[in-house]
Amino acid sequence: MKITFFLIFMSVFLFAQDNQGSVPTDSTVISELSFIESFIVSDMGSDDGTALRVKWIFADHTKIKNHIRLYREIESDTARELLCDITTSTNEYIDKNLCREESYRYSLVTLDSVGAEMPGIISTDYIKPKANYFKTNKIILLLMILIYTSVIVILVETVKKGKVLFVRKISGLDTLDEAVGRATEMGRPVLYVPGSSTMSDIATIASLNILGPVAKKIAEYDTRLIVPNRDPIVMTVAKEVVKESYSEAGRPDAYTDNDVFFLTDSQFGYAAAISGIMTREKPATNLLLGMFWAESLIIAEAGNTTGAIQIAGTDAVTQLPFFITSCDYTIIGEELYAASAYLSREPLLMGTLKAQDYFKGMIIFFICIYLIFLIISTIFGGDVSFLNKILEIIKFIFKS
Amino acid sequence: MFIRRTLPLLIAGFFGIAMIIQFFIPHPASRTFYNMVLDWIIIVSAFTYLMAVQSTVELHTTKIKRRVDGWQYSLIVLISLGITAFIGILGGAFTPSTFLMKLIPAFKPSSTSPLMYTYLYMQVPMQSTIFSLLAFYMASAAFRSFKARSFDATMLLLTAAIVTIGRVPLGEFIYKDFPEIVEWILKYPNMAAQRGILIGVELGIIATSLKIILGIERKYLGGGK
Amino acid sequence: MKFVNFINKLDKRWIYLLIALVVIIPFVFPVGCPMKITPPVQSIYNYIEDSIPENGVLLLGVDYDPSTMAELHPMAKALTYHAFYNNVRVLFVTMFPQGSGMGQDIINRTLEHWNSINPDMPKELGKDITLLAYVPGFSAVILKMGENIPATFNEDAYGNKLDNLSVMEGIKTYDDIDYMVEFSGSSVVLSWLIYANGRYNLKMGIGTTAVSAAEYYNYLQSGQANGLLGGLKGAAEYEKLLTDKHDFSGRNDASVGMDAQSAAHILFILLIILGNITFFIKKHQEGK
Repeated sequence: MKITFFLIFMSVFLFAQDNQGSVPTDSTVISELSFIESFIVSDMGSDDGTALRVKWIFADHTKIKNHIRLYREIESDTARELLCDITTSTNEYIDKNLCREESYRYSLVTLDSVGAEMPGIISTDYIKPKANYFKTNKIILLLMILIYTSVIVILVETVKKGKVLFVRKISGLDTLDEAVGRATEMGRPVLYVPGSSTMSDIATIASLNILGPVAKKIAEYDTRLIVPNRDPIVMTVAKEVVKESYSEAGRPDAYTDNDVFFLTDSQFGYAAAISGIMTREKPATNLLLGMFWAESLIIAEAGNTTGAIQIAGTDAVTQLPFFITSCDYTIIGEELYAASAYLSREPLLMGTLKAQDYFKGMIIFFICIYLIFLIISTIFGGDVSFLNKILEIIKFIFKS
Repeated sequence: MFIRRTLPLLIAGFFGIAMIIQFFIPHPASRTFYNMVLDWIIIVSAFTYLMAVQSTVELHTTKIKRRVDGWQYSLIVLISLGITAFIGILGGAFTPSTFLMKLIPAFKPSSTSPLMYTYLYMQVPMQSTIFSLLAFYMASAAFRSFKARSFDATMLLLTAAIVTIGRVPLGEFIYKDFPEIVEWILKYPNMAAQRGILIGVELGIIATSLKIILGIERKYLGGGK
Repeated sequence: MKFVNFINKLDKRWIYLLIALVVIIPFVFPVGCPMKITPPVQSIYNYIEDSIPENGVLLLGVDYDPSTMAELHPMAKALTYHAFYNNVRVLFVTMFPQGSGMGQDIINRTLEHWNSINPDMPKELGKDITLLAYVPGFSAVILKMGENIPATFNEDAYGNKLDNLSVMEGIKTYDDIDYMVEFSGSSVVLSWLIYANGRYNLKMGIGTTAVSAAEYYNYLQSGQANGLLGGLKGAAEYEKLLTDKHDFSGRNDASVGMDAQSAAHILFILLIILGNITFFIKKHQEGK
């Protein structure tokens, strides 16, 4: 229903184009200079009405010895403005930052060997740039978004109807229970670091999704949870998540507001402070989940020296090697995003997880097809036209 | 409940969909809306700094009141915060302010402001020092953890060794084509692996963003359903 | 076996001491190894040298703090000097408050040094170079710059109105900027690539820490970035390019550090080899 409404809504914009703006106004004056085959100005299209496209075609590039200049005139002003000197290798000029209320025309003038303008000028008619309602060059992108959204919605509906979707084992997430249990047995706290980034980073949101079930488990075990933050907004959300989790576990009294706190927004100050917390508080379990940068090794090594069990997870590819060497378990890349679905097994989240996988499968399929066709095309010296056509189509889809 | 749950979801959904639609509409009215939203984001971002200060002050004040272990450091934090804010506001950011130049005539327009002095001679050395710890930690990690336990680990080690040597001039001195080998490793196997992970990560980001816009993902509101 | 046990039980502080010595000694007794220029660095150099016209605009994003300045500061300085040599205007912009201090430091040092060695071609703050004011908002600021740069910032970091500065003449959006190089050790680079390059087609290069450089080869291959300066070596290569072409008498911060970096890298390799030798010996002994 939502998707149907969205499609209808988008179609209104797609088809309710201002026709005058979308139809190029050809203004080709009979050429006085024989080497110029065509000289056209048209509305740029897919813009806010501040650009025009000027195109020209020369008959035979090799014979053109003259320098050629492009001029612009505004209808309300008789002065002619030089735009650029044209080289024979170019055949287009995009004139930007124009006024929507004005009409413009363009002229080509040739110069002689001393740089003086020769008689004979080719001009277009006056044309006004038009504001468009839709970027037609982004239609493929829009379709991809709609398809992806549709797949998500369809799978969510499927899971709601009771279908069980398979999700493979993610060992880092499976050991969370064990890690929390270890901390309880040792009577030491659990340190949860939700990353160094802000709420606008998806990895931080994914981390806070894991914090909920972890906090609930910790509340049930009556263990202390420490959550240091680098961003005040992340801290605010983390406080709410932990408080809510403690309430859900039936232990709102056990929640300590001061254990979820803001440290500093300085990257290495944050790492130094966490290292200090690890040394002083000696947590039994360190959970390093979220976005990390260069400070990841400092934090992971500091935790390693205290003998804590460490589970790390990040989508920062460059930090993964450091976590893999210093931590007991590492959650890699999108496994972090899958965590909320994996831990809660909620239908909505499971459906989205599967949609991600299907879309990834589709991309892999297209990559493989492209590779196979490219190899075949190369073997036949690039002469197989239908293969080249398919390759162009795939390239066009993904280049949009 | 409406203010805490429903209203934020409506705002997130409305603006999420509006900005997606705005991307596809180049019309001037759409651009005006776009610029307005950008201005709003900038204004809200400025207020997050107030929250950061409030949170820092509250945390450290509590530590001082309760005399927890290390409360003296919290006192230093608060004093430093106050002094830095004071010298920045009254003394000027990069160049000395007019007020400071009137108060202390020794300060000229070309002098370094007190805030910049604090930044260059306190903050820069301290932050650089913390980052330099990485070199030591990396050495101990290299010694302790980088073992050829399996075939995969051995391949990783060999590649790491080649890239480590090839990325410094000494590598070129040892073998003149080392930099080319390293460039090849970075341009092909490394890039292929990174791109594979990147595709998955970006799809995850799109999915999570769509979940937030459609109201499926609500943890960012503070837990619960 | 005694040796193996000794190595396995070795206190980390001995390793830290070795690292410290291996880094400090080359600064005192420099060696100076030759260095080849890699294509990603050459691309940035060639673009600034050949494709930016005189009085063109180079935008440098200083989105780093003092922790990564060891690698990124030399790059930013080298590019500023290059712009000065080619009479290209330089604008610094930052998305972090601490980046303003870094930008200010580069401007102070480069102007002072340049004017002392080129008194006949002086460069002036506000006329040839400036630092745009810090505006919070991160991605919103990058996007807003694509619409209207003067309206986004209003002033430079020194309190001067942008409309009154000759360095800002003719600059309204990214279309008026010839080239941008973003210096950062974090994922701010991605934001610039996605928003400024992806949406507004701003031609870009990247300057980043060595550990992050591997991540950006994707964008180099796809053409979203036309060049990459990776870590201290990238900065040293750029300094070499500058020194080869121009009579650059400034201190080459990055080149000076290359000996120390070479020695440290060799030490890492030796430590890894030693660690693996003891691992295999111990494994063999336990197998018996």
